[in-house]
Amino acid sequence: MKIETEDYSVTYHPETAIVVCKGSLLLSGTEEYAPILDLLNTAADEQSTKLIVDVKELEFLNSSGINTFTKFVVKVRKKQTLQLEAVGYGSIPWQVRLLKNLQRLLPTLALKLE
Amino acid sequence: MQQIFGDFIEEKQDDTEYLVLGFSPGSLPLKERWRANGLSADFIADYLQIFFIGQQENNNNNLKAPIPVPSKNAVKYIANELLENAMKFSDETSHDVTRFAFHLYSNKLTFYVTNSIKPEKVETFQAFIKELMHKYPHDLYFRRMESNANDENTNSGLGLLSMICDYSAKISWKFEMLQTEKHIVTVTTMVSLDV
Repeated sequence: MKIETEDYSVTYHPETAIVVCKGSLLLSGTEEYAPILDLLNTAADEQSTKLIVDVKELEFLNSSGINTFTKFVVKVRKKQTLQLEAVGYGSIPWQVRLLKNLQRLLPTLALKLE
Repeated sequence: MQQIFGDFIEEKQDDTEYLVLGFSPGSLPLKERWRANGLSADFIADYLQIFFIGQQENNNNNLKAPIPVPSKNAVKYIANELLENAMKFSDETSHDVTRFAFHLYSNKLTFYVTNSIKPEKVETFQAFIKELMHKYPHDLYFRRMESNANDENTNSGLGLLSMICDYSAKISWKFEMLQTEKHIVTVTTMVSLDV
């Protein structure tokens, strides 16, 4: 399952239980982010034990994008059965901040900072 | 009539490095103009890097001076959020230009964004500003995330909160109300980043 434009791509690989986000996300709000949120929610619904969200190659995320990720994480929190892992670069401060903020919302979120 | 919230300082026409951009509200529909926010923010962030790198080179010759290099991401994020807010909340019937300016001082970078705002939106916006000023912003940030997650339509406030909490920005506002037949209101948002 893949959403791709010239600015970004969000790809769900069901066989490896990974969602990979690349590029720059500066969409205008809830409506424009809906397909991405749907993809994330579908991935979470389909995976029974673990899901990895990889944002290493995400270059930029606006506040509506942060809102999308926080909505997703709150939904996963309600599921309780899925182990979510987030992967980012430890050398990119905004990625570290994003993932730590998400971990505050979902304390069971595992962080892998490469 | 003016209303000030926070430590608002009037923009000075002095000898700092500065740049001013003007965006005309009516030239294209918002959806098509949206792309311009990111492009403008990229340009502003790239433009400022010249001065930060130049300053760092000067400081390298002075061992006692700190090396202030705000990340390109921080500048792009702040510039983009300010432009997005101005575009989303400006009154498209007012025909007022949205004005974006930044000034680079030795110890801080200051943004000023002025846009029109619909008079009926002023009260809600000012109520949110008062909340921002009187409550612990990190708590407010996470409470907003939680309530946004549970409410399909809400996305407001997260941009300003993320600037304060994630980028240590200091924000203040000036509202100006002109007494004409239409009651035009403009708001200037001032954001300060230590460098």
